[in-house]
Amino acid sequence: MSFYLYLLAGFGAGLLGGMGMGGGTLLIPVLTIFLGVEQHIAQAANLVAFLPMAAFSLSAHKKSGLLRTDGVLSVVIPAAVTSIAGGLIASLLPAMILRRFFGLFLLFLAFRGAAKLKLTP
Amino acid sequence: MSKLSKKFIIFAANAKTYFKMVKVNSKRLKSALAGGLTGAVNGLFGGGGGMVAVPILKNMLGYDDKQAHATAILIIAPVCAVSAIVYILSGYFSWQVIIPASLGTVAGGLAGAALLQKLPEFIINITFIVVMFAAGLRMLF
Repeated sequence: MSFYLYLLAGFGAGLLGGMGMGGGTLLIPVLTIFLGVEQHIAQAANLVAFLPMAAFSLSAHKKSGLLRTDGVLSVVIPAAVTSIAGGLIASLLPAMILRRFFGLFLLFLAFRGAAKLKLTP
Repeated sequence: MSKLSKKFIIFAANAKTYFKMVKVNSKRLKSALAGGLTGAVNGLFGGGGGMVAVPILKNMLGYDDKQAHATAILIIAPVCAVSAIVYILSGYFSWQVIIPASLGTVAGGLAGAALLQKLPEFIINITFIVVMFAAGLRMLF
């Protein structure tokens, strides 16, 4: 039963992600709020779930010629290094604390999105 | 003319070039620092790095909006793979969650990409803000 619930959660998060909303970030609140998944487990699931989606998107973007690579390495390499540090810090934090930080991060993204909103559709 | 003053004249003539070199390096340095922030956020929160990477590509490397969204995935994918390994090695791993959630995400993502063509951007943005705000509040308290 829970297999289908997780499948549904992934579908909902992927649906919004596919429309360009926050990548896979929404899978985490869906898993923790509605299905009671532990914060770290949900974050790990989001990281892995993003990979096949990224492969699909990248091949589509490559065809449409939107991918650029100039200057990308100078972003990717430091990002990969600090992501190890970020992951280690997360693994040391208690789930409740990490969950609150994550909540703050979502609020920040929501406010940033609202600030950029154009009121004339 | 003394050797020293000759050297000085050459230096002064090349000043513009030196300045350009420093400028290019500071652009590199800025994008490296911003990349570091992207990775730290993505590692700590298990996602969301793309939301940091898109403005970097637009503002620092001069990408347009669509290019930035496409290329952000190229940046985030290896970063996610690296942090996923850290989580897995730390013991935070559940096949029961990951397999169905990944399958669902791919299916939903394909459906979402198709829907994207049909819905107005304004509606998508409002939905995003409301969902993120509600989820953020729920997780904070």
